[in-house]
Formats: sequence, C-alpha cells, structure tokens
Amino acid sequence: MRLQYPTNIQIIRVPCTGKIDVIHVLRAFEKGADGVYAVGCMEGDCHFNSGNFRARKRIAQAKKILDTIGIGGERAQMYNLSSSEGPLFAQIASEMDEKIRKMGPNPIKLAKKKAA
Amino acid sequence: MKVKTPSKLEKVLAAGHFAVTSECGPPRGSDPEVVIEKANLIKDHVDVVNITDNQTSVTRMCSLAACIRLKLMGVEPVLQMVTRDRNRIALQSDILGAASFDINNILCLSGDHQSFGDCAQGQNVHDIDSMQLIQTVRHMRDEGKFLGGDDIKRPPEMFVGAAANPFADPFEIRVPRLAKKIAAGVEFIQTQCIYNLDKFEEWMKLVRERGLHEKVYILAGMTPMKSAGMARYMKNRVPGMDVPEELVKRLAGVPKKEQAQEGINICIESIQRLKEVEGVRGFHVMAIEWEEKVPEIVESTGLYPRPEVD
Amino acid sequence: MIVADKKPIEEIIEEIKDKRKLLVLGCNECVTVCEAGGKKEVGILASALRMYFLKEGAEVKIDERTLQRQCDLEYLEEIRDVADQYDAIVSLACGVGVQFTAERYLSTPVYPGVNTCFLGANEDRGLWTERCQACGACILARTGGICPVSRCAKRVLNGPCGGSTSGKCEISKDTICAWQLIIERLKALDKLDEYEILSPIKDWSTDRAGGPRKVEREDVQQ
Ligand code: SF4
Ligand code: SF4
Repeated sequence: MRLQYPTNIQIIRVPCTGKIDVIHVLRAFEKGADGVYAVGCMEGDCHFNSGNFRARKRIAQAKKILDTIGIGGERAQMYNLSSSEGPLFAQIASEMDEKIRKMGPNPIKLAKKKAA
Repeated sequence: MKVKTPSKLEKVLAAGHFAVTSECGPPRGSDPEVVIEKANLIKDHVDVVNITDNQTSVTRMCSLAACIRLKLMGVEPVLQMVTRDRNRIALQSDILGAASFDINNILCLSGDHQSFGDCAQGQNVHDIDSMQLIQTVRHMRDEGKFLGGDDIKRPPEMFVGAAANPFADPFEIRVPRLAKKIAAGVEFIQTQCIYNLDKFEEWMKLVRERGLHEKVYILAGMTPMKSAGMARYMKNRVPGMDVPEELVKRLAGVPKKEQAQEGINICIESIQRLKEVEGVRGFHVMAIEWEEKVPEIVESTGLYPRPEVD
Repeated sequence: MIVADKKPIEEIIEEIKDKRKLLVLGCNECVTVCEAGGKKEVGILASALRMYFLKEGAEVKIDERTLQRQCDLEYLEEIRDVADQYDAIVSLACGVGVQFTAERYLSTPVYPGVNTCFLGANEDRGLWTERCQACGACILARTGGICPVSRCAKRVLNGPCGGSTSGKCEISKDTICAWQLIIERLKALDKLDEYEILSPIKDWSTDRAGGPRKVEREDVQQ
C-alpha cells in the first residue's frame, strides 16, 4: 500500500518516541521547521512501557517554551497510532500540514529573511 | 494544688469550684468599644476571658492591648500568646508588659500557620515552640530570671495555661503530649471544642490512669453549634475537630429556625454530662461571635452565680 | 543535594533582553541531578533564547558551557579567558554557583537562571523534597532521624502542634506532618518513651539567625 502524504514533511525515525527530547524539538524550530509532531505508539502499547508518555510530556514542555518565546506552542504536536494504521498516518500528516499552513511560517524564518 | 499567683482563675480552681472561662477575639480595627461590648455580655457569667492572638493568622488588634482594656474595666483576662509572630525577645518583653498591668493568666500556643490568614506571604518566627513558651513563663515567674540568665525586677506572676486536643493525631501521643506539657510546667488546660463526648471521656480515663488530672486543671472546651451547616463544616473542614454524625443529624432534624436553640441545648447537655467526669475542673465556653448566649449556657448548667474569691 | 527549579524563561528574558553576547553556564552537580541546570537544560534554554532573539530580529550570540562545579574556584578558572567577552552570563547553578561565578568575574554581570529551593532529596521521578535547613547544630539524634526544623511548617521541636490531622500537616493535605513521622519512627525503634523528653530551647546562633556562617577547619588548612 502506498499512501500519499504531503511531501514537505521530513520524517525522522527514532527507535521509540521516548528518545525524543525537548532540545530536539527546539533545534528543529531553530533550524527553521514550521511545525514538529511526534507520532508514537498507542498509549499503553509502548515496547519500553512509557516512552510515548514521556514523549507527550516533553512535547508539552516544548509547547510551553514555544508559547513563551512567541513561536506558538500549537506548532508542536503529539499523536498516537498503532503500526497498522497507515491511512491514519497519512491523515495526520495532512491535518498537521493544514494546521501549520494556517499558522503561517515559523516567525524565526521570517525574521531571518528580513535581516538578510 | 497550691496557689502560686494572684490569678482569679487559679483561685477559683484551687478552691474546688468549676471554673468558667470564655473567649473574645479582638476586632480588625482600633475601636476599643468592640472588646468592651463583647466583654460586657459575658463578664458576670465567667471568671476570666481569653483574648485571642491574631487567631487563624488574620491580623487584628493585639491581644495585649485588648487584655489591658479588659483589665481596665475590671474583667480578668487570659493573654493568649502564639510563638508564630515573636521571637524570644518579643515574647519575654510582652510578658513583662502584660505583667506591668497585672495580667495574671497566659495561654501558650504555637498559632495557626500564617498561610491561613491575610499575610500568607509573610515570614513566621517560631524561635521557640509552645512547650518552650510554657517553660519560659515558668522560668521568668519561678526563678525571676530572663532566658538569658539575668534577674527580672518584679517578675511576672502568671498562671500558665496551654491548649490540648483530646482528639489529635497521632493518637498514641494524645496523653503523653499532655504529660509533656505538664512536665514543661503548664498549670491549666483549655481543650479543643468537645463534641464527641465518648471519646473525650476515654481520653480523660487515660489521663486519670497516669494521674495527670491531679497535676493540671483541665477545662473542657465547649462551642455551641449555630446550625447543622456549621456542624457539617466543623466536621469536614476544621483540622483536629471530631464531630460525630449523630450530632449533625440531630441538628438537621429540627427546623432551621430552631437549630440554634438545639445547638445551645446540646451544649448545655454536654456540660451537664462532663461535670460528672472526674478531672474536669471547669469549662471554656467559646461562643464565637455569639457571646450573648454565654449567660444562658452558664445559668442553665448550674454554674451561675460565679464564686467570689480573693 | 541542593535542589533548584527552573526559572520561567520570560523572567530570564526580561533580565537579558538588551544583551548581545551571552553565555549560558550550567553546573554538573546538584542542578544536573535535579534537572534544572545541567548540560541538557543549558541546551534548552540557549535554544529558546536564540529563537527568541531571532524572532525579535536581534543578532545575539549565545554560547553554552557546563562546568563541573560552579562553587569551586578551580573549575571556574576554565572560563577565565572567555568570561569578559560576554555581555552577561546566565548561570544555571544554584545561588552559590551564581555568586561564586560573579565574585570571580567582576566585570561581567551574572544572572540566575534557576530558583534555588532547598536542601533535599529525590523522592520519586520528578519529585524533590526538603530534608535540611542547615541549622548548624543537628538535632536528628533526638528526633528519630527526622528533621522538624526543615519538615515541620512551624519547626516545633516538641510537636506535633494541634493542626496535625490524619498524619498530614495543617498547611496542606499533601504535606506529611513531620511529627507524625517522628512518632512513627520512634515507635519503630521502640523508643516512643523518648517522646516525653522535652526538647530544650534551641540555640539558633548557628542558624541563619546568627549571620553569615563559615566553617573554618585548621586541620584542613595549609
Ligand atoms: S536539625 Fe538542622 S542540621 Fe539537622 S537536618 Fe535539621 S536543619 Fe539540618
Ligand atoms: S501539623 Fe505537624 S508538620 Fe505541620 S506544623 Fe503542625 S507539627 Fe508541624
């Protein structure tokens, strides 16, 4: 099955969402990402027990920081789905794409452009 | 127990009478009339009147000034003093100030935590604790010395009291804690409001087993309930309070208009019952913002007229 | 250890928003363990600040560094060559580290990046609780090994006060009453009779009350 999802999304694979730290999310934005979302296993299904719960908390932390500095916490999201849900994966990607488009580009990028 | 101070409360107790004490909270302002009015409502029906010290950590007129007001109108005060707001310099200094007006009773307390009051962001002092305050007053009185060791010219002559909660946690130390206060030098105890009479009687039994009732005068704390709502609030919200469900039910069982009277009736019945308990030497009737009811309670329990002592 | 908590980023921004060269300086000891000011937190704060300034259109250089200990002259020397190149240092060490850094580098302002809270321990993941107030004259031998100075809201030495209810302190249902713990411990040690020994009035001159304290040890001096 080949599913279509927006091509502007760059997928970074991690062994478990528990590996994702706040700093990874922030760095992505620093480098110009307009949005970042983590897709973990269903809650309760984590191979390492609580990786996806930890990821949710870290995304929440990143959201707070992004709000504080005026980038917008909504740009970071956490999703959970099981490995058999390919269509849902594509749907989430489109959803996220739409949401970020509505929010516009990462304000840092704009500022950088202005400076240049 | 031998009389050691000019305190009227001590004399009443030493003469073997049931003592009756009450309590009055100073106003949140500087109008002395408030204190005088409250005192006038109760002065003929009680031996002495406690003046609270910024109770529940809400800032009020100071206890010492209000005590002096009572003294000036011929009513004998009990100076309540908490260790929350004063260090040992201020405590000793206020004790001397009180003694200079011949205030002869003091109640040593730690005080509610300031987070309950209007200055939740303030510091607390707690240089010494309430047991150590008992020791301090006794030391000043009996040795005639300051904590620092110097002599006091005209030492205070104070009858020293403390609070006790017969229902307090942890239960293992309810009685040992009283023993400890006695060892610190306390001479009279005013208990927490008593609603669970069975449990209080059990506590008194343990107190008697250790012979503590012969070393300290125990005054049972009595507060009439104004309504079923108040009873429920005390039961669920006030720390360290033991209000049995039957009591709430009894109040709720009468029409709203009659609940206040029912509360008074319960209080009267309780006093009648506790008068029979060996070791109970008097009653501390705290009718909070309901001082006008104190005479009725005292009269209906055969505690009126108050004895004359000198 | 010394337990610290993160300072809100907006508060830090408020202090340094006019600076253009910043060093975010972490510490590898206590604040790393309590996840408030170690290398990881330095990275997060620096990244957030960088983005903030970018967004504001300000060109700001933000460097990251984490020392082994900021309360130690030897390690503080490591930034000797660079310290004065910065408009400000944001130190994520405890208050001791912040001050020690500031004392060493007089011409560079040093701002605190954490709130230093207390001497405590890690009770559970993400939970640190107070255990000691460094009163300078330890009485744990008399209190079943539980400190009423730091753990009782009124630091009563002959407790509990009347507010102890079902094992909890009167200040909140989430706070264990220190005296409940002391009594339980005395019971477990079969020493409950010691409860009745009066604790004497404490000499607080070794505490904060006595003024700034120092420990001077000839045996260690050179
Ligand atoms: S008694 Fe003093 S030194 Fe000992 S743990 Fe408590 S605060 Fe610390
Ligand atoms: S309830 Fe316990 S911990 Fe709280 S102030 Fe009273 S004695 Fe101290």
